[in-house]
Amino acid sequence: MENNLITYLLALPVAGSIIILYLKKDNIIRYTGLIFSLAVFIISLVMYFRFDPAIDGFQFYHKTSWIGNLNISYQVGVDGLSLLLVMLTAFLTPLTLISSWSAINKKVKEFTFFMLLLEMGMLGVFVSLDLFLFYIFWEAMLIPMYFIIGIWGGESRIYASVKFFIYTMFGSLLMLVAIVWLGVYASGVLGYFSTDYIELNNVAPGIAGTMQNFMFLAFAFSFAIKVPLFPLHTWLPDAHVQAPTAGSVILAGVLLKMGTYGLLRFCLPLFPSASIYFAPAISILAIIGIIYGALVAMVQTDMKKLVAYSSVAHLGFVVLGIFAMTQESIQGAVIQMVNHGLSTGALFLLVGIIYERTHTREISKYGGIAKVVPVFSFALLFASLSSVGLPGLNGFVGEFLILLGSFKSPVLNSWWYTVFAASGVIFAAVYLLWMYQRVAFGEIKNPAMKDIKDMNKREMLVLAPVFIFIVWIGVYPGTFLKVSEVSTKHVVNKVVNNSINEVGINAD
Amino acid sequence: MFNNITEFLNLLPPVIIAAGILVSLTIEMYAKRSRELLPWFSIIVFMAAGIYSLTSIDSVSVLFGSMIATGGNVNLFYFIFCFGAVLVSLLSIDYLKKYGTSYGEFYILLQSSVLGMMLMTGARDLFVIFLGLEIMSVSFYALAGINRKKLRSNEAALKYFLLGAFATGFIVYGIALIYGTAMTTSIDMIVSNFAKLSSNIVFIAGVLLFLIGFSFKIAAFPFHMWVPDVYQGSATTVAGLFSTGGKAAAFAAIIFALGAMFKAPNLFEPYLTVIAVLSMLFGSIVAIAQENIKRMLAYSSIAHAGYMLIGLAAGNPEGISGIIFYLAAYTFMNLGAFGIVALIEGEDEKNLNIQDYSGLSGKYPLLAGLLALFMFSLAGLPPFAGFFGKYYIFIAAIKADLLWLAVIGVLSSAISVYFYLRIIVLMYFKDSVTDISAEQSSTGVTAVFISFILVLVLGIAPGRLIDLITSFL
Repeated sequence: MENNLITYLLALPVAGSIIILYLKKDNIIRYTGLIFSLAVFIISLVMYFRFDPAIDGFQFYHKTSWIGNLNISYQVGVDGLSLLLVMLTAFLTPLTLISSWSAINKKVKEFTFFMLLLEMGMLGVFVSLDLFLFYIFWEAMLIPMYFIIGIWGGESRIYASVKFFIYTMFGSLLMLVAIVWLGVYASGVLGYFSTDYIELNNVAPGIAGTMQNFMFLAFAFSFAIKVPLFPLHTWLPDAHVQAPTAGSVILAGVLLKMGTYGLLRFCLPLFPSASIYFAPAISILAIIGIIYGALVAMVQTDMKKLVAYSSVAHLGFVVLGIFAMTQESIQGAVIQMVNHGLSTGALFLLVGIIYERTHTREISKYGGIAKVVPVFSFALLFASLSSVGLPGLNGFVGEFLILLGSFKSPVLNSWWYTVFAASGVIFAAVYLLWMYQRVAFGEIKNPAMKDIKDMNKREMLVLAPVFIFIVWIGVYPGTFLKVSEVSTKHVVNKVVNNSINEVGINAD
Repeated sequence: MFNNITEFLNLLPPVIIAAGILVSLTIEMYAKRSRELLPWFSIIVFMAAGIYSLTSIDSVSVLFGSMIATGGNVNLFYFIFCFGAVLVSLLSIDYLKKYGTSYGEFYILLQSSVLGMMLMTGARDLFVIFLGLEIMSVSFYALAGINRKKLRSNEAALKYFLLGAFATGFIVYGIALIYGTAMTTSIDMIVSNFAKLSSNIVFIAGVLLFLIGFSFKIAAFPFHMWVPDVYQGSATTVAGLFSTGGKAAAFAAIIFALGAMFKAPNLFEPYLTVIAVLSMLFGSIVAIAQENIKRMLAYSSIAHAGYMLIGLAAGNPEGISGIIFYLAAYTFMNLGAFGIVALIEGEDEKNLNIQDYSGLSGKYPLLAGLLALFMFSLAGLPPFAGFFGKYYIFIAAIKADLLWLAVIGVLSSAISVYFYLRIIVLMYFKDSVTDISAEQSSTGVTAVFISFILVLVLGIAPGRLIDLITSFL
């Protein structure tokens, strides 16, 4: 039972999607999809309660040989880095299904089918411990997302979906070459071809200088596109704006985390000296992303685009946290991944809710709606404040830890990074609160805004759990931080110790 | 001729086909209902030969004074040819009525082309290769032009014939030079003397000419000019056969005849890498501009020849088994794609424009869904067969220190994603513009569905086939 939990986690959405193919009535399809995704969430909760945070290593581990000739195995497991992301995925999927209950009314069967397959792909990415398996999930997940943007998206959905697909595919194909190269390299050391993550963990750090840098870049490039790291972010606003609300929530909530997760899971431990070598450069790009994302978000006239650009800024923080390579900053990065999923997810849900009523996302068309839709306005304020990083809410915890960690980071070794990154926090307050002010306060100028309905119970039901977690993480982050503590320590030790001699930094 | 009965039994697959041809000719001559009988008869013949070659895959032997090899990967190729031909026959039953050529000869030519492919694959002597090549090619020329009333079909046949004859010239020239220097046409003897022969420039020139001749047959750049025109002009199911069986047979001949000569130090690596790179890039880039789906698939076929050539350039066991796996995967995914094109195609070459596929998912969700999967597989996305084929080829390239070739391979895959996706964009994201009425062909849908199952099985569980191929190397 224990060892098969992850297999159930992956099999349930597939089973659900196959059953859905044979159903006819839209409502039955919606409920079936919801039931299966809730079952996945329950399994993830079971995993959380059975997870022992004190163990350094993978839990719920399972390995079955798959392609014997190449030593490829179906190998899964979670540690403190992935468990939270698995839970985030399992948590957001049912919520997005509920949120699109009325928004998606054409091709409901296909939509639910693709959403469940997408969930399987995302979970698979976080639990795979074989690079081949990881790559399969990484790529396979593109297909449902492509259809979700392309079929249910906005006006220029085709452009956005094709751009999204080719951009990500381009990056991941280079990673494929790197994976194959690693397998061949392993066969030189171990005597057999292997893409086993646990074995590569011991082998890969021994790759000599330049080649390690190349391998690092091939992986990092693919992940950086996904994150997206400046200047590879141009697909993101298109995809976000064109995607349906459910797509945007999943895209922001989980898909982008696959990039940062990849950096943390693969780039750092497998290529430690290259990671340290490139850390300053990538951190600078991350900081450019933080400031650039914030500045561009500030001038957006479209609410969804504003939230999309805020993602570039927020993910910049996560990348900075990862490449500062201290215990605090990486734990901050992990918690910030979850935070961003919750806050930005909530913002996209809210934009979707108001768009369903007014059919516009132009900020200038709004104004003064606080009087008309008080509950909605409160929720929007709450989500914005969480995204801004108000102390007491979740965003603050992550950003604070990242800034703290990067300040004393021996790898970056300069406090200028922290100074510039911190300015991003201020910018975030500017663009989000300014947006809120223009939307909610003032006089109602647009007559169309006078009689919009406030949130209904279903929509509140979607947002309530998100808000509970936003407060929970803000007030008592220990529940979540303790999960990632040991695994983070492991990564930090591995990276810093492995390369301490080559690069000659003081690991404190 | 044979030392004992087992040796005869080992040779049964080509014998079955040859006997099938004779019986088919008789049926065609005397039976009144030959048009209904022949397709099913030929399917039975192909099935018998295919299944027999799979069951006798372990009986490795060399017959006729080392003229023909049996068993092992040779039999695996037999199976691929026969199974591909079964799919082509199933697709053709209803398609040929639309195309206006439901002649019995079609199936006889189909059988003789498969016989040619088998001889090319099993050959252990350059003359047998040549014999097989000609049997296959002449059948192909006739198949390309089978609708004599269609101008485009005539053009395809003539073009195919002229360029094919040209390629054959290269091959004969090559064989002559090889014979002149090696004093034998036996492949085994040439291979065992290869070290000594390879210092002789005339011998190398002979092998190179031989390779160039086969580069025409596998549709590699710059010997690809015939491909788009011939695919467009021929019946769609026949084009499917050209791109799968024909290509597989030519690769088989190269692998089994010359494979041993490509081992390190690989003298032909420069030639192979250059045409591999050019085929991949040219095929992928030009396919983007195509408006006719058959021409698009033709350019995609050129690109795929390039990926397979990577395995040849690598020249290691992984490369060879990678090519064989890739050919199996490619046969099924490409026949699947051509099959759907054949089902959608209307009379007088209607509905062949890519734009005609707009909104197909609304009216024919099954066909659109399957075509989408074939496109993903052709583009090399996991978890489909095409992905694993590429993965294995890249392993071979990197093991042979050809990292740069693998990088070019993935870059061209990234380019090719664009035109494969375009079909999906049209089918799923656009509204219908052409009124398509795909003819209800239960045999055709069956064939496509079988291909789909195989593409999925080879993608999810490629291990067994790879193990089988490697065990015979």
